[in-house]
Amino acid sequence: MDNKTRDLEVEFQARIDSGENIEAKDWMPEKYRKTHIRQISQHAHSEVIGMLPEGNWITRAPSLRRKVALLAKVQDEAGHGLYLYSAAETLGISRDQLMEQLNSGKAKYSSIFNYPTVTWADIGAVGWLVDGAAIINQVMLTKTSYGPYARAMVRICKEESFHQRQGYEIMLTLCNGTEVQKAMAQDALNRWWWPSMMMFGPRDEDSPNTEQSMKWKIKKKTNDELRQQFVDQTVPQAEILGLTVPDPDLKWNEKTGHYDFGELDWEEFWNVVKGNGLCNKKRLADRNKAWDEGAWVREAATVHAEKKANRRLNKAV
Amino acid sequence: MNKEWPIWEIFIRSKNGLEHRHAGSLHAADAEMAIQNARDVYTRRQEGVSLWVVESKHITASNPEKNGELFEPAADKVYRHPTFYTLPDEIKHM
Ligand SMILES: [Fe+2]
Ligand SMILES: [Fe+2]
Repeated sequence: MDNKTRDLEVEFQARIDSGENIEAKDWMPEKYRKTHIRQISQHAHSEVIGMLPEGNWITRAPSLRRKVALLAKVQDEAGHGLYLYSAAETLGISRDQLMEQLNSGKAKYSSIFNYPTVTWADIGAVGWLVDGAAIINQVMLTKTSYGPYARAMVRICKEESFHQRQGYEIMLTLCNGTEVQKAMAQDALNRWWWPSMMMFGPRDEDSPNTEQSMKWKIKKKTNDELRQQFVDQTVPQAEILGLTVPDPDLKWNEKTGHYDFGELDWEEFWNVVKGNGLCNKKRLADRNKAWDEGAWVREAATVHAEKKANRRLNKAV
Repeated sequence: MNKEWPIWEIFIRSKNGLEHRHAGSLHAADAEMAIQNARDVYTRRQEGVSLWVVESKHITASNPEKNGELFEPAADKVYRHPTFYTLPDEIKHM
């Protein structure tokens, strides 16, 4: 590294330390740029792929009320993907490159969306747990150091809170329903609890990037801290539903003021990350199908816009 | 043929009486589509009563490396602020 770059890096870190935001045209270390492109695009891909397991239930929602809510939620997730792709593009990557990385399987997205939504209760569990876990992460990210990312997060967080509430309300309705309905809610919790816990990523000691991310204020809390926050906040909500969290080691710890909980199945975690989850292949296939089948629309819109522009030009002459 | 739609910057007036504020950006084939998309992406919850769309390439931004010469000269001009001037306590509304 030459002297000038070193000086710039010192100055950059000082700006971060003093709580300043970094904006798109500011000087930044190459690694800061690359880390952000990767993280923001993974986040964007997660919003987009996240529409698939829920979209699966829109046509089968049990009432019109549930249907408009789910439709609005899924539409929000599309918007979240767009806000985040725009934030990533400020760092010098194009939308087409981002799409290519997703569609080719090169890019990662949150593993949670590689689990199937097999019953209507899963839509309740996803809103409650998956959006709940996402909100914890996203609230932290509203304070992240990169301006465009932080602003996207503020917008997203405003929209997220209804997502979790609509999910919880579905669970509540099922839990106040028949025995079969309540069993369905319990079954959904059983299947979604651990994958939701995994959303916060590997344990701190297995997360080599955490230190740098904290130094650059990309993250303000570690994976384990966020996971603990999720447990502490969610367990009482499960109690109100009258459901049992599927963790025999879960218990309140008077001394720490937090819940203790059991070890996650890290083998499953890495297995899904590596592409061997139940739905990894289907999600990518669906995504590619939508992209390919939309190609003619994108092309037609371009040609139509050119034609209109030419017509205006001819009139002007 | 494979051509990416250009990027547009979106500005929203949240209600009459307030200025348009930058909300974010999106891709669209032309201005009309940019307005349509902006409506769907940025005003799903009554966030606005008016939209401006500008193709990003038409915006000229100041260079952050020039921030010193552009903005620092204002730093030592305290006399441009009302608090620079001392008045007796009896003067209330000034
Ligand atoms: Fe979202
Ligand atoms: Fe959401």
